Amino acid sequence: MTATHATAHSEDTESKAGPAEVAAPRRSWLHSRKLRTTGFHLTASLLSALWLLPIVLVLITSTRTFDDIAAHGVGSWPHSFTFDSFRQAWVDGGQQRALINSMLVTIPTVALSLGLASMAAFALSRYDMPFRRVLLLLMLGGNLLPPQILLIPVSKLSEVLGIYDQLYALIGVQVGFGVGFYVFVLHGFMRSIPGEIQQAAVIDGAGPWQIYWRIILPLARPALAALTALSFTWIFNDLLWAITVLRTDSQMPITASLIGLQGQYVSMWNVIAAGSVIAAAPTVAVFLRFQRHFVAGLNLGAVK
Amino acid sequence: MALIGSTRRSRATRVPPVVLAFVLIPLLAEAFWVFWPALQGFYLSLTSWDGLAAPKFVGLGNYSEMVHDAVFRTAAINTVLWLLLFGGLSAALGLGAAMLLQKERRGIGFYRAALFLPVVFSLVATALVWQAMYQPDGLINNVLEAIGLGGWKHAWLADQDTAFYAVIVPALWRQVGYVMVLYLAGLKGIDPALYEAAKVDGASRWQQFRYVTLPQLRSVNAVVLSVIVIDSLRSFDVVWALTRGGPYHSSELLSTYMYSTAFQSLRLGYGSALAVVIFVLAFGVIVSYLVRAFREAD
Repeated sequence: MTATHATAHSEDTESKAGPAEVAAPRRSWLHSRKLRTTGFHLTASLLSALWLLPIVLVLITSTRTFDDIAAHGVGSWPHSFTFDSFRQAWVDGGQQRALINSMLVTIPTVALSLGLASMAAFALSRYDMPFRRVLLLLMLGGNLLPPQILLIPVSKLSEVLGIYDQLYALIGVQVGFGVGFYVFVLHGFMRSIPGEIQQAAVIDGAGPWQIYWRIILPLARPALAALTALSFTWIFNDLLWAITVLRTDSQMPITASLIGLQGQYVSMWNVIAAGSVIAAAPTVAVFLRFQRHFVAGLNLGAVK
Repeated sequence: MALIGSTRRSRATRVPPVVLAFVLIPLLAEAFWVFWPALQGFYLSLTSWDGLAAPKFVGLGNYSEMVHDAVFRTAAINTVLWLLLFGGLSAALGLGAAMLLQKERRGIGFYRAALFLPVVFSLVATALVWQAMYQPDGLINNVLEAIGLGGWKHAWLADQDTAFYAVIVPALWRQVGYVMVLYLAGLKGIDPALYEAAKVDGASRWQQFRYVTLPQLRSVNAVVLSVIVIDSLRSFDVVWALTRGGPYHSSELLSTYMYSTAFQSLRLGYGSALAVVIFVLAFGVIVSYLVRAFREAD
């Protein structure tokens, strides 16, 4: 992951490639190798620039004034610089409230789903549970359902429960829908923990709860970290469940409130851009801080 | 010996009641929010319901209505087209990016991060970023003008002929990095000795790709395929944020049509039937995913 690691690796491959091309004159070999490296960096940086362009653009747009955009067009070079659009999106556009709502939903949902999922995964992977595989696949299967089939009944269900238009409904459905996937991933991970550790604890008189809390959970930390990073972004970025069980603007989490911002500030691209930056900042922060866990999480979830 | 082993094992793994509760509580949560609503969803697809009066049983009436529903036909065709275009291109581009960025070398972390960064954005934020670029006075038209292709300038999202494709591009921009990460892990798992052997046999770069890389990536391909199909059929946010399925349903997907039918036209029975169609399309992939998971769960 570190720079030193990468260089060590590339030197290693270079020295390996050496003997194969020893027939060619050393100078021209070096030359063509240099050319290839330059070619690679040229291609890769062009591609990266293309990929980053929309992000750079939204950052620039968010710091322009509305008058600048109205006069020169949203696609022109900036002729102004201000952070006022952020204030507009944050205060007038209700993004502050929305971000708080998002956190109020995301943090309990992540904690609750991973807590429940790790308990189920522990039981299914460490004990001879009857119908172990059927239960596991049933739970995973629920997560693979297209959400559309659930939207109408879930919105009615939350009405019946009296929690329609409340954040509880959103937390409930997100936990229920996500838990199956987390159980499956954590089960795969916990199964690989050697049984001797658990047996030693049983002999020492530890109960299931102690084994779960003191032994298995700490050992499953890498998988839990990966799933935390991943589920945080998923839940934070959700739109569909939010607009299904919530109605009032002041209840909407940030992703749904962006749609509201889009309707409220038509063609005020500076405010819309600022809103998008605010909505993306938390997940980008999580990604940059936990990049390794994040990528690991994506691969953990991939069933081979 | 075997006897001792087995008795010890069964003593260690006998299921105490608290462990049973460990499974039952999450299972009940999922049953309450997923399985029970899903069954209701299937039942509702056989009814006519406005959400106020009691649902009226109409048998397969909703499904026979679909046959004559032109919007349904557009949405279904678009969904399949979305699956092929969005799925095919994100797989191809993701694999291409992974091949390009597979070797550990200086700067590789930055390039990978650049391609991956959009994955963490919400689809709505992604849509808004691109919506500004698609404006008549936005970046894309300005660039076309600057390179002498002013004739290609377009109101990309407002034109029936281009809206659908204009919506796919942002979705791709966000998906490619995800697929790349899956393929990077797959490429890492290929034994370098296979390439050495291919080189000794005089295989060209294309032949190495065709006869070593691709067959070795078979299991990753299966993963990517399921991810893509499931993601495609779930695609909603990006279309909803950019066009709401318009103009004139030209970018309508089954998911957006289902949502507007159910929650805007309040035709909950017909909306449920549309959801069942989405389920049927996803069914094959769900089953194959579960079959692979079943083998892995051993």
